[in-house]
Amino acid sequence: MSTIAHTQKRGFAGTVWEYLTTVDHKKIAILYLIAGGLFFLIGGIEAMMIRIQLAVPNNDFVSAGLFNEIITMHGTTMIFLAAMPLLFAFMNAVMPLQIGARDVAFPFINALGFWLFFFGGLFLNLSWFLGGAPDAGWTSYASLSLASEGHGVDFYVLGLQISGFGTLMGGINFLVTIINMRAPGMTYMRMPLFTWTTFVASALILFAFPPLTVGLFMMMFDRMFGSGFFDVAAGGNTIIWEHFFWIFGHPEVYILILPAFGIFSEIFPTFARKRLFGYSSMVFATVLIGFLGFMVWAHHMFTTGLGPIANAIFAVATMAIAVPTGIKIFNWIMTIWGGKITFTVPMLYAVSFIPSFVMGGVTGVMQAAAPADYQFHDSYFIVAHFHYVIVGGVVLALLAGCHFYWPLMFGTMLSERLGKITFALFFTGFHLTFFIQHFLGLMGMPRRVWTFLPGQGLETGNLISSIGAAFMAAGVIIFLINVVNTQVKNVQVGRDPWKDGRTLEWAIPSPAPFYNFKQLPLVRGLDAFWIEKMEGKTEMTPAEPIGDIHMPNNAFAPFLISLGLFIAAFGAMYQVDDKPWAIPVLIIGMAITFGSMLYRSIKDDHGYHIHKEDLLDDADKGGTR
Amino acid sequence: MAAEEKFSPQTWPVSPEQATLEGKNKFLGFWFFLGGETVLFASLFATYLALKDSVPSPDHALAKDLFELPLVFLMTMLLLTSSLTSVFAMYHMKNYNFKKMQTWLFITVVLGLAFLACEIYEFNHYYHEFGHTFTSSAFGSAFYMLVGFHGGHVVFGLAWIIALMIRNAKRGLNLYNAPKFYLASLYWHFIDVVWVFIFTVVYLMGMVG
Amino acid sequence: MANLQSNSGDPKVNYEYRRKKSADEMRMQVITFTLMIFFTVLAFAAVGAGFSKWFIIPFVLLLACVQVAFQLYYFMHMSHKGHEAPQLFMWSGIFVAFLTILTFLTIIWW
Repeated sequence: MSTIAHTQKRGFAGTVWEYLTTVDHKKIAILYLIAGGLFFLIGGIEAMMIRIQLAVPNNDFVSAGLFNEIITMHGTTMIFLAAMPLLFAFMNAVMPLQIGARDVAFPFINALGFWLFFFGGLFLNLSWFLGGAPDAGWTSYASLSLASEGHGVDFYVLGLQISGFGTLMGGINFLVTIINMRAPGMTYMRMPLFTWTTFVASALILFAFPPLTVGLFMMMFDRMFGSGFFDVAAGGNTIIWEHFFWIFGHPEVYILILPAFGIFSEIFPTFARKRLFGYSSMVFATVLIGFLGFMVWAHHMFTTGLGPIANAIFAVATMAIAVPTGIKIFNWIMTIWGGKITFTVPMLYAVSFIPSFVMGGVTGVMQAAAPADYQFHDSYFIVAHFHYVIVGGVVLALLAGCHFYWPLMFGTMLSERLGKITFALFFTGFHLTFFIQHFLGLMGMPRRVWTFLPGQGLETGNLISSIGAAFMAAGVIIFLINVVNTQVKNVQVGRDPWKDGRTLEWAIPSPAPFYNFKQLPLVRGLDAFWIEKMEGKTEMTPAEPIGDIHMPNNAFAPFLISLGLFIAAFGAMYQVDDKPWAIPVLIIGMAITFGSMLYRSIKDDHGYHIHKEDLLDDADKGGTR
Repeated sequence: MAAEEKFSPQTWPVSPEQATLEGKNKFLGFWFFLGGETVLFASLFATYLALKDSVPSPDHALAKDLFELPLVFLMTMLLLTSSLTSVFAMYHMKNYNFKKMQTWLFITVVLGLAFLACEIYEFNHYYHEFGHTFTSSAFGSAFYMLVGFHGGHVVFGLAWIIALMIRNAKRGLNLYNAPKFYLASLYWHFIDVVWVFIFTVVYLMGMVG
Repeated sequence: MANLQSNSGDPKVNYEYRRKKSADEMRMQVITFTLMIFFTVLAFAAVGAGFSKWFIIPFVLLLACVQVAFQLYYFMHMSHKGHEAPQLFMWSGIFVAFLTILTFLTIIWW
């Protein structure tokens, strides 16, 4: 293979095959974006159904059982299948370029991570068509989920297990990439903040996912193989699940929010045309948040009766997290302060993120006070709080990131005008939906209720909330129109389309050639590209002469390995019903997985080289895909 | 291709497992994986400690009824020794002595298989003598989950080492497979690390109640 | 990473130096192994001899920790140069592991 093969136009089937086998981080990013976006839409439809059901008292738009399935799937989908993969999309698309790497450390593992996530998510969502979705809440507390009938919770357990493996692999891949693959001169303290947050979030993934894996295994054994971990009658203990879930679940919150912080930390300096204020304190705060994130999980369990000592410790630790987060907030404000600001769409999201997220943070500190939490617990106050941090933090970052990095990923620019309409609708809708929920919660509306009665003062609040949700939906629809429009017009904007790009990813043609950097750049400081610009240069100084570039071969094995687990999961699930085909299916699936793994490890794959001459031919033709 | 270059003991690099970028990446990534595995096994240990001797009715066997020192001692010796033999194997890998490396790996595999045989005998014994199974009690579930996960790691480690030995039997060492051998040996040591805690926390502490 | 730089100067001398160094290291590892076996025997003997459990439990746990440190630092070469990142992540893992086990010993109801 040579460059030629990559520059040729492909037919439709060729393109599909290319994406099924790709190990290029930029293409995997697109896969994550599409799959994550799809799940985001599914989760959004579920959210709309929840709000329609709760718009008026005594509504019966959906049945109570279906409502439970919808809220469970909404939470699970949004966290595991939408927010995280979408962040992974940006990490894949941007991080290797930001550190001046030609590739990630493990291209094969990267692809495997995506396909595992995808098949896990697919498996989970197939539950809708195969006898009912999980209905024990996204936390799936053990005593409730063990009692849940049908296969809903089995879908949850197996689907999350499969996609969790994928996430773990993705995390290790990013960690090694950042440590080993940085360009010459790119020291740790010159890494852009998004790379730093990717690093810390990946470390959190590495340590937070194993407890979830163990918890899910136990749940799987309890439900499908007759063990007694959570079964009190067998001597089990249901609190174990809660601990495992939150030992994973709280770091998970930071796995989501830290990359979001990273995206905003890139947007603020770009559009304020100022260096990020307090770079080293930002790095320090990121690491500190990651560290503290592991010591606060029990604040989700204040009301389970851990005792006053444990509650006090976890309350204090939780409040402590407000300090590094506060550092970040002030640094962002100081970055804008005195800058030459342009209010592009990403900047609008970034600026509006600050007050929105602070509101979520403040209610978080309120709940950290354990005695007060006894009041807030399981009410709509909690719902309002975590939507303020996740929508006000993560989703705003994802939308901002879409606009900001779209040129980098596709070479085209999303429409600013439609983008602003999306922003206005989404931002208004978001506050309309969730602000009132604080008060609904304080007035006593419990979360996860199917409906409420008239005459308790909850009607107006819920109606407003539902109207807000409609605004958000409208915003997302306009965003989709924007995406389709942009891609149909396909106006290529070339390199550094925002004109103010500061970091390495803007120094190469957009979209990047498949080998990223023809010559590795020499990094001379923080905001490497900006430094060169300030000296009147338009390109990075290369750190090496043009030479052959080593590239990995495409591989179909990641798809097969994941497919095998997907098949095996059906076998594991239906053997409970004594279906005769279940065990063979389980074995066939496992055979596919392990067979593909064996094939991969036995067949040598040294990749190929792009030759110097081809690179010179390719000179500045820009993004060839 | 650089990775398949032929070497002599003189030209073989000092740290062959990290001589290529691919090797360096694998090395680091595998250590991180082991960091994650630490947490995974800690979760299993934590569950075991929380559910130890937690049985539905008094007629179930408890930890101090089940365990016997001699068998556990034998298993420990087998696994500890196999750890040393894999160190020997890596010593010869670094000296570019492929034959001796294969020999020591073979001994490691034999010891590992012996360990597995003991474990199978042990589980079988608990089942027949005490009716202590994965489903008999929460204690049983936690015990078999922890020890079984470790046993599963042993099986995987053995399969891995055997696959590497067979695959590379004819072509000897190069910079492409040296990292693979090195990682397999790291994995094998990690299995031993976990076993040290299993024999201490599960068996020895189980014996004293 | 410094330990990757190999062939400076006379390759023959360098080779012999390396051989000697790894033979030295091997001796060290055999000693480590002997100690580990010794610790294991001690631990089993303490249980077999039927001392009080207030002695046995801390004693065997201490021996286990020392053994694991040997494994990690000598058998798995974590004491060598170029293992800074592995150390950081192993210790972070051990920290989370410790928290998890502490939790399950204290605030799980039973």
